[in-house]
Amino acid sequence: MQNVNWIALTIFVLLFALITWLGFAAANWKKGDLELLHEWGLGGRRFGTVVTWFLIGGDLYTAYTFIAVPALAFGAGAVAFFAVPYTIIIYPILFLVFPRLWQVCHKHGYITSGDFVRGRFGNRWLALAITITGIVATMPYIALQLVGIQVVVGALGISGTGIASDLPLIIAFVILAAFTYSSGLRAPASIAIVKDILIYITAFAVIIAIPIEFGGFGKIFAAIPPSKLVLASPGPNTTGAYSAYATLALGSALALFLYPHSLTGILSASSSHAIRRNAAMLPGYSFMLGLLALIGFFAIATKLDQLPEFAAGFKEFGNNFAVPALILHSFPSWFVGLSFAAIAIGALVPAAIMSIAAANLYTRNIHREFINRNPTDRQEAQMAKWVSLIVKLGALVFIIFVPTKFAIYLQLLGGIWIIQTLPAIMLGVYTRWFNDWALLIGWTVGIITGTAMAVAANLSPTYSLTLAGFTFPGYIALYTVILNVVVAIVLTPIFKSMAAAQPPIDQTLATDYYA
Amino acid sequence: MDTPHKPSAWSWWYLLFAIQYVFVLWPPLYNRVEPTWIGIPFFYWYQLLWVIIGAILTAIVYFATEHRGRHYSAGS
Repeated sequence: MQNVNWIALTIFVLLFALITWLGFAAANWKKGDLELLHEWGLGGRRFGTVVTWFLIGGDLYTAYTFIAVPALAFGAGAVAFFAVPYTIIIYPILFLVFPRLWQVCHKHGYITSGDFVRGRFGNRWLALAITITGIVATMPYIALQLVGIQVVVGALGISGTGIASDLPLIIAFVILAAFTYSSGLRAPASIAIVKDILIYITAFAVIIAIPIEFGGFGKIFAAIPPSKLVLASPGPNTTGAYSAYATLALGSALALFLYPHSLTGILSASSSHAIRRNAAMLPGYSFMLGLLALIGFFAIATKLDQLPEFAAGFKEFGNNFAVPALILHSFPSWFVGLSFAAIAIGALVPAAIMSIAAANLYTRNIHREFINRNPTDRQEAQMAKWVSLIVKLGALVFIIFVPTKFAIYLQLLGGIWIIQTLPAIMLGVYTRWFNDWALLIGWTVGIITGTAMAVAANLSPTYSLTLAGFTFPGYIALYTVILNVVVAIVLTPIFKSMAAAQPPIDQTLATDYYA
Repeated sequence: MDTPHKPSAWSWWYLLFAIQYVFVLWPPLYNRVEPTWIGIPFFYWYQLLWVIIGAILTAIVYFATEHRGRHYSAGS
């Protein structure tokens, strides 16, 4: 690759040093006893509206998003913009469903979705299924954050052979692991504030400077081939790209808040009030994401992949190199350092929250449920700290030794798997009507058919469903969660009639779900 | 904790949310280039505009429904 860009690298390292200090200092912020799991793993549920805005924003709009969405626009064109309707329709879901979940979790001291399902349905096996789904779906997501770091480090011109090539990633990982271990959720919450400011600066600079360089948006979009400019119109007897686009948006939206790291962000809010307010405030990030998706088109218009200085980068990182290449192409070195630091720090924030969320799940719903039923509070928090290290180490090893495409495939499957927890969690917030075993069988059917459809579709997210000669290409997660719910609805009355004598177990009361 | 009040699960204001679902999940409505706005094809600026409209609708629902009852907070 090209030579090391020293000015950019210096700014990058300085900003990294700043957030490292911040990550450790955060242990003393909103001071609490970090040897308690809800303090370490949920920040003591003490984050108000503004901190929650930064935390959930940093949690959901990850570095990988900022690399991958423009990369998809660069490669595939208009379809990448599904990220925008997706991030529009998540907020009514956040507004309606999750304040209820916050209330009941706060009332009963639940820290994870597994805790809630265990309490609501009284079935440890259903809770175990929810827990394992959460952990398995989160792992490749953490790995992909590390890919985000790899891409910008590579773009800074740092390269090496063998283990040396992975050294920057290992350093970033050690920093991440250390401050997460010592400060818990307070670390990503404080770093998210710095990261988001840097990301907003980057996004607005790019969206203003590049069109000026080109002489207006009109000239940029004139350079885009018509096949990438809008969605292809469906042919006869198919809903074509339209149904694929809409179901990708809807299915992704339904899955998003089921991810453990989303729930960790939500549960750390100080009130259900703060969550509702954020449903109106978080679209600020969606707007920025939409602007960033346009960067992919700027990259097409610039024909970056044909410039000799970027050939090596595109060869190594594929379309994921589009955003770093565009920034290198159009901005001075100091700004390159700032924006690359924003992306790399933007990877650390969600990676920290994801590892905390996975650790909370393991500690509460596997270790406590199946191995040591009566840990002291201190043992429980200590266990979670160790598990957060193991989870991150697993992601690091994965990304160093396994080709990136497998992390991408697993993350794709993770979306299809995590949505199968929707009936137990999101419908469970509203009703105890479902039988727990019916939910577990629905989950199993959803996981198996979802995986099979993804394999049949050559590990792409959409599957063409054919009914009476009419084809509906659509997001596998959405199709299979519908099947999951239907199975649960059909089986529930059957199981209930078989066990009519027992009233359902439920720790929660109807009033627990309201303020 | 606050004095318990009758749980109110439903508000008609929530129907405002349905509007954005219809307008952004029906691609035939907006899958075209014209009219462009400052050179940006309709497909893109329409969806970006709905980010803002969606936020405003959510804020309206928030202010319309939030005054009912004080809210319990964890900061104790």
